[in-house]
Amino acid sequence: MTADWPILSIVIWLPILGGALVLGSGDRAPNVSRWLALSVAILTFLLSIPLYTGFDVGTAQMQFVENSPWIPAFDINYHLGVDGISMPLILLTTFVTILVIIAGWEVIQYRPSQYMAAFLIMEGVMVGVFAALDAMLFYVFWEAMLIPMFIIIGIWGGPRRVYATIKFFLYTFLGSVFMLVALVYMYFKSGSMEILAFHDLKLGMTEQVLIFLAFLLAFAVKVPMWPVHTWLPDAHVEAPTGGSVILAAIMLKIGGYGFLRFSLPITPDASQTLDWLIIAMSLIAVVYIGFVALVQQDMKKLIAYSSIAHMGFVTLGFFIAFRIFANPAVDSGAVLGVQGGMVQMVSHGFISAAMFLCVGVLYDRLHSRQISDYGGVVNVMPWFAAFMVFFAMANAGLPGTSGFVGEFMVILASFRADFWFAVLAATTLILGAAYTLWMVKRVVFGAVTSERVAALQDINAREAIVLTSLALAVLALGLWPAPLIDVMDASIGNLVQHIGVSKL
Amino acid sequence: MQYDLTSLQPVLPEIFLLGAACVVLIVDLFLSERTRIYSYGLTLFSLVGAIALVLWAAGPEKQVLFDGSYVRDPVSDVLKVAILGVNILAMAYGRGYLLGQGIYRGEYFILTLFATLGMLIMASAGNFLVLYLGLELLALSMYALVAFDRDSLKGAEAAMKYFVLGALASGMLLYGISMLYGATGALAFPEVAEAVASGHVDETVLVFGLVFVVIGVAFKFGAVPFHMWVPDVYHGAPTAVTLLLGSAPKVAAFALALRLLVDGAAPLAAHWSDMLTILAVLSLALGNIVAIAQHNLKRMLAYSTISHVGFIFLGFIAANDNGYGAALFYTVVYALTAAGGFGLLALLSRRGFDAENLHDLKGLNERSPWLAGMMLLILFSMAGVPPTVGFFAKLFVLEAVVNVDKVWLAVVAVFFSVIGAYYYLRAVKMMYFDKPIDDQGIVATLDGRIAFSVNGLAILLLGIFPAGLLQLCRAAFAG
Repeated sequence: MTADWPILSIVIWLPILGGALVLGSGDRAPNVSRWLALSVAILTFLLSIPLYTGFDVGTAQMQFVENSPWIPAFDINYHLGVDGISMPLILLTTFVTILVIIAGWEVIQYRPSQYMAAFLIMEGVMVGVFAALDAMLFYVFWEAMLIPMFIIIGIWGGPRRVYATIKFFLYTFLGSVFMLVALVYMYFKSGSMEILAFHDLKLGMTEQVLIFLAFLLAFAVKVPMWPVHTWLPDAHVEAPTGGSVILAAIMLKIGGYGFLRFSLPITPDASQTLDWLIIAMSLIAVVYIGFVALVQQDMKKLIAYSSIAHMGFVTLGFFIAFRIFANPAVDSGAVLGVQGGMVQMVSHGFISAAMFLCVGVLYDRLHSRQISDYGGVVNVMPWFAAFMVFFAMANAGLPGTSGFVGEFMVILASFRADFWFAVLAATTLILGAAYTLWMVKRVVFGAVTSERVAALQDINAREAIVLTSLALAVLALGLWPAPLIDVMDASIGNLVQHIGVSKL
Repeated sequence: MQYDLTSLQPVLPEIFLLGAACVVLIVDLFLSERTRIYSYGLTLFSLVGAIALVLWAAGPEKQVLFDGSYVRDPVSDVLKVAILGVNILAMAYGRGYLLGQGIYRGEYFILTLFATLGMLIMASAGNFLVLYLGLELLALSMYALVAFDRDSLKGAEAAMKYFVLGALASGMLLYGISMLYGATGALAFPEVAEAVASGHVDETVLVFGLVFVVIGVAFKFGAVPFHMWVPDVYHGAPTAVTLLLGSAPKVAAFALALRLLVDGAAPLAAHWSDMLTILAVLSLALGNIVAIAQHNLKRMLAYSTISHVGFIFLGFIAANDNGYGAALFYTVVYALTAAGGFGLLALLSRRGFDAENLHDLKGLNERSPWLAGMMLLILFSMAGVPPTVGFFAKLFVLEAVVNVDKVWLAVVAVFFSVIGAYYYLRAVKMMYFDKPIDDQGIVATLDGRIAFSVNGLAILLLGIFPAGLLQLCRAAFAG
């Protein structure tokens, strides 16, 4: 259904143009640029709410569609639209950006206008990735994300920021360019740049495998999957708090979204043949990376590895559908797996954002992320401790928080496919609790270990607003996930039905 | 033929430019350094006037004049406007630089006008001789410009290298042309193509001549293995001249390749396409890899030029209108970005200081956020990252190559462009993440800054709306 007013274009271009305005406002009056950035972010979020309220849950068709020619010579159109898969992710993006801007309020003293502008421009571009229905438009937005992130990590990051940001850029760039070649190839095969046309394009097995591998390179690096995950710990640790939040909450989801929008529907047979590869990589991520997280001394690195493990759940959920198709005795569970992966994506968006913000709160005070420098924080910062323990529980997958819902659905789906997949996947319940709660125990609980910790101030109003919003989101999604699942249901059902049909 | 307006109108840009060069030559004799602004103004005026004349005569039909020596077709219109436009930017960048370095002489403007004239002649060449004439006019002017700074040892070395190697390459080109002429008996391109297509000519002789012609073309572009002059000449020449050398002459080299290989030898496309494939892959590889080792920004951009030439060749390898249009788009975009890249170095230089190293970019975001932002756009355009126009240039060339089922070539090209991204990132890193080592302010002239801003913004705007320029480039070949 076509929109009455171009809501998607507004949600994309308002932050981009607003960001340019903030950039122009300069640093002579930093509070002006901060308030301007905050207003633009809040306005964008408010303008994205109609995407949810006006969404038709009964259909898997693209909604709020906008289509105009862009580069007619190559049939590239400015084609936007959302369905049940992309709409929640867009709302996640607009919501988290507000929190990031509030979080960077006092901390960022060097050129705050450039900082705020970079996040706003990135917000617009990320919404563009989710909303794009034309392959080249998608690719343009996908790559354009890299520039502001590169700048953010490189200017406002930690001591090894240059290494981390160049690694991040080159790693993701390398993965993406092969996807470009695959998209161009499919354009010539199908005569159209429409992603939905690619879904219906008939491809031979060799072609499918090559295209699947090209997409895999791009998305596996973004998600990130083991073994191409090594850029993430560096990027997360060295990025400023806001950068880590956006990286973890949104950018990783773009990789998962890519699997759902491209790999699964375009190359279902190759996905079926190579499902063992993805499932193996996902399970290794869940188990092995879980153990790696256990031994970390740096809090941010621990949460970074925990992110990789949680995203392993996401990719597991997506590809378990093929195992279920392959097993003739089982007739349901595929939808459950994909839904679980999607819910896990949204939930992880909130939880990881919250965890990084908590670490950011501590870092702003003590300028250290080492677990050994903390201890007994609960005695001096009780409110903060409450939030941190709550988010840690959510990260561990406590029922009642959103972390549980996605993991439970994926484990159930894995059980339908193979008992041992479920067992390995379920070890995350143990490992996740282990590394998160052990970190919380060492940092938050116990006696106060040093004078510096004793001098800590509890969270102020600004930090409280941010953490409360996230806590409410986590709790709401955990207790009542139905609104999210209902929105996604039709689209995921349609997707699963599509990938169940062979293209050969 | 009739010497009336209809037959002279298409040639007016060249006539006007020649006249203007002579006028500037005389006028400059009576000017001192303080009043040299008049030469500058006259040069700018003549370039703008030439653009106006090109546009006045422009149209979708092809006109052949002077017994087949001069061709005015839509491709030549696009090429000429691109050459003249980029040279306007180059003049704006160059003036401030020359003032600061104490080599602000009128010969710069005069030689530029002659070089431009040579380039325009190359764009409109209808036979081998006129093409060679334009090429030599360009080359000789450039040799003199490279040696512009008399007191520079590097400059003298660069000029000698350029001259000797250039003369050798021109000789090779001429040898190849003589073979083709000897085999086909014709000088004018349409007749040559006809003779080749007829099949009455011995193919061995044709391919033999073609090899030498491709060598000549490859030298002008700076493709591997005929690239050795590029880093040394770019490094040794004064930045204002490197700027001139690295931008518009690439468009002229495109014209050279187009007229020789496509207009003249299109039936032999299978042969020269294979030759260019080898050159392209080597250029992509060597240009991108060796650029990583460079600390001098001019040398780094020189090696990056070599890699971009590899991409331009990809468009030719496709050997169809799609590919030529894509290669033209890439060349025009590249000339724009190269002008900007070297232009920043010219802007950062001042009296007693010649900015040419990577570390001179350090902390540019602190010294001038606007200049750093424009350079960010230019660097990412060279790397091929959206939303800059450089991405679309690469995309269209890749599409042309995939269209003729050479997907392996596209994969190789993107792989090396990722390797290449590293040195562009390093330059961005210097600008944004490092503290400045130069504590003095930037004394760039106003017209230089305006030109740079126009340059950077054009790259962003063309990146968001590439359809117009693409349509222009494709339409040039469609007729």
